[in-house]
Amino acid sequence: MSERIKVRIKFSKHGALKFIGHLDIMRYFQKVFRRSGIDIAYTEGFSPHQVMSFAAPLGVGLESDGEYMDVEFNSLESTEDVKRKMNEQMAEGMEVLSVVVLPEKSGSAMAAVAAAGYYIAFPDGFEPSQGWREAIKEFLQAEQILMEKQTKKSVLEIDLKPSIYDFRLSSYQGKNCLYLMVNASSAGNIKPAMVMEAIFKGLDLPFDAFRMSVTREDTYLNRGTEEEPLFVPMDQ
Amino acid sequence: MSSLALQDEILLKIEKPARYIGKEINSVVKRPEDVDIRMAMCFPDVYEIGMSHLGLQILYDMFNSYEDVWCERVYSPWPDLDQIMREKKIPLFGLESQEPVKNLDFLGITLQYEMCYTNILQVLDLSQIPLLSKDRREDDPIVIGGGPCSYNPEPIAEFFDFFYIGEGETRYREILDLYKENKKAGGSRRDFLKKICSLQGIYVPQFYDVVYEEDGRIASMKPNIQDAPERITKNIVTDFDGVPYPVKPVVPFIKCAQDRVVLEIQRGCIRGCRFCQAGQLYRPVREKNVDRLKQYASEMLKNTGYDEITLSSLSSSDYSELKELVDFLIEDCGEKRVNISLPSLRIDSFSLDVMSKVQDVKKSSLTFAPEAGSQRLRNVINKGLTEEDILRGAQLAFEGGWTRVKLYFMLGLPTETKEDVQGIGDLANKIASVFFDTVPKERRREPVQIVASTSFFIPKPFTPFQWAPMCSGEEFLDKAYETRQGISSQLNQKRIKYNWHEADVSVMEGVLARGDRKVAQVILKAYEKGCMFDAWSEYYKNDLWMEAFADCGISIDFYNTRERKKDEIFPWDILDCGVTKEYLWREWEKAQKEEVSPNCRKACSGCGAAKYGCGVCVEERV
Repeated sequence: MSERIKVRIKFSKHGALKFIGHLDIMRYFQKVFRRSGIDIAYTEGFSPHQVMSFAAPLGVGLESDGEYMDVEFNSLESTEDVKRKMNEQMAEGMEVLSVVVLPEKSGSAMAAVAAAGYYIAFPDGFEPSQGWREAIKEFLQAEQILMEKQTKKSVLEIDLKPSIYDFRLSSYQGKNCLYLMVNASSAGNIKPAMVMEAIFKGLDLPFDAFRMSVTREDTYLNRGTEEEPLFVPMDQ
Repeated sequence: MSSLALQDEILLKIEKPARYIGKEINSVVKRPEDVDIRMAMCFPDVYEIGMSHLGLQILYDMFNSYEDVWCERVYSPWPDLDQIMREKKIPLFGLESQEPVKNLDFLGITLQYEMCYTNILQVLDLSQIPLLSKDRREDDPIVIGGGPCSYNPEPIAEFFDFFYIGEGETRYREILDLYKENKKAGGSRRDFLKKICSLQGIYVPQFYDVVYEEDGRIASMKPNIQDAPERITKNIVTDFDGVPYPVKPVVPFIKCAQDRVVLEIQRGCIRGCRFCQAGQLYRPVREKNVDRLKQYASEMLKNTGYDEITLSSLSSSDYSELKELVDFLIEDCGEKRVNISLPSLRIDSFSLDVMSKVQDVKKSSLTFAPEAGSQRLRNVINKGLTEEDILRGAQLAFEGGWTRVKLYFMLGLPTETKEDVQGIGDLANKIASVFFDTVPKERRREPVQIVASTSFFIPKPFTPFQWAPMCSGEEFLDKAYETRQGISSQLNQKRIKYNWHEADVSVMEGVLARGDRKVAQVILKAYEKGCMFDAWSEYYKNDLWMEAFADCGISIDFYNTRERKKDEIFPWDILDCGVTKEYLWREWEKAQKEEVSPNCRKACSGCGAAKYGCGVCVEERV
């Protein structure tokens, strides 16, 4: 096999396209590559497919400014060229933000994921105010934050606390919101909605996941250690 | 970024929200202020089915190529969303603008199968457009019907303002110009319909009165205004090669029934099978030039990014340049890693050779459609496929490594006897024997598997069988039982699997296919009782349909099991589909005498379609 070039692509997903599920996004990108004429590598065999892997599949209904996928090319003019050609073929609401060439021996995107940050906004008139600072502080003071997690086989009780890396009042697109950074690794990932449900439960407020809008801010690698993590965006 | 018609909390609650958001690659968004006419084209079934339909892609592309027109798409909301839209009184919207359909100028609905009729009412209802044409107000959209079922528009006539009979590529520009002219002059809805009713292929039901005999048959159908013609002649593309083709079709985000590039290679069919409606409606057969098709294939793959391409036609084996086209595709698509999926081809050495190149022989099965179990009955239906053809094809296939064979038959064909039904099992058994004779024991990788499927024959308008009585539901089930018995008495019965259809839906399809205006009240009643998505077996509610017939005092037997006389006036006689009633009667008589007719390339049967002066009718015969 000739030398293939491993590339990591960062993209955003906004607006109506948040309703396109992960499998359909994969199919979408396969077509983007075909339309753009980029020299993407295929697997061998009777039904060859593009070599493509996604970092952390995004749930339906979530938007994102930091999605990643790794692909392999047979040839590459420049990363800028790939970005331009892809953006000419993207649907409204999705954009390629960066294209970087990976070292030859890098592992898969999915295995590298450590954490993901999220902006969580509420409907107009319900924006989080100063009171939330206190609420979060209190929330994070607990020894354990136990929640039930539905798996394929059973219901597990898990402690969210070690998986919450950052939780604070913030702002996104000029509006007050919450910022939450959680474990997104394949071993210990938790969903932002679980954390929100837990905090609402603690505040004795009714929780309705459909009323929040969640935007993934970025997806992170851990350049530090497990004890002292150093989270950096996946294209760095 | 334009907002969506449905709130997030609704979209997150329903199945496959991507059905309702638009924004697909190659979908067309225009600014409302830049256009004079806004329309929606609707396929009254769920998105994944509707998006797979080539006809609507053709019309969508054509309308949007007009600078003054913006055409959007609309499909039936699935029952989960349907319920929410009714509760919250959310009007049905066009996918592109996400604005209510009721604000547009036109709503065009394609009629591809009879069992979508209650979904027409669903779409109108959710759009908040009155269900009956006579109740519509000046600012409601004009509701247009088209497609194969519009060749008997009578059961749904009251729901439409007009029907466009024939191929859509020909007459719409004139209609739209007359619409603009009428609007400018301050004309009414009725004024517009009066203006277009004399155009070729335009049927405005309200301009025709039906008088019935005491026994329910039609006594007469006459225009009630001067401009409306006595008969309406279908529109047809005479320059089939030159007509625009949608080389930038809309590419859905979600997986649809037809998830690939569709290349229409020809329209119409030379065969003249007597049960087949499409074979008569799209006469004469017209081909596209092979070089043009090659160019389309390359362009469409480039414009969509699909990794598969398929050919569309009623009988691809009859396309005269098939070999050249397929050779090109194999070469070109192989380079681009594009799969080729071939529609059912006649099984011969050429097609087997092609299929072994484009698909995994081990995984694929071969399909034969003998349609009837005996040669006698195949002659009745004019299916020019002999037992010898089938067995030779099977032998070649088994030699080539195939082990799975699918067989399609119809039960309840005119003149069918017990022997014909028995013939289904016999034929399946013979095919299994061919396998054992052809493939020596040591080379039998896996055992041969034959799947025989039967559907029930439903007489359709504008076919030689339009006069034929249809079986009752009980008769159908008896025949399915006989077929099963016939198969299980065979030597190789363990290698034969048998599937059959439900009879209830076929009975209903029969009524809707050959019904008259009186049937409209039954459809309306069934819809009111909750019938919808009748083409989906899990949603088909036969008891509600039966109640609707009883409530309306309408007899199913009158439409289905009654034999029609030669001179009976049919509800669809007001239309001229190109073939004459005399020709169809001749074919009906030949059928009863078990005589076959030649295909159009061999000899002309004088069907009447030659008046269009195109296609096979003007080709030199070999």
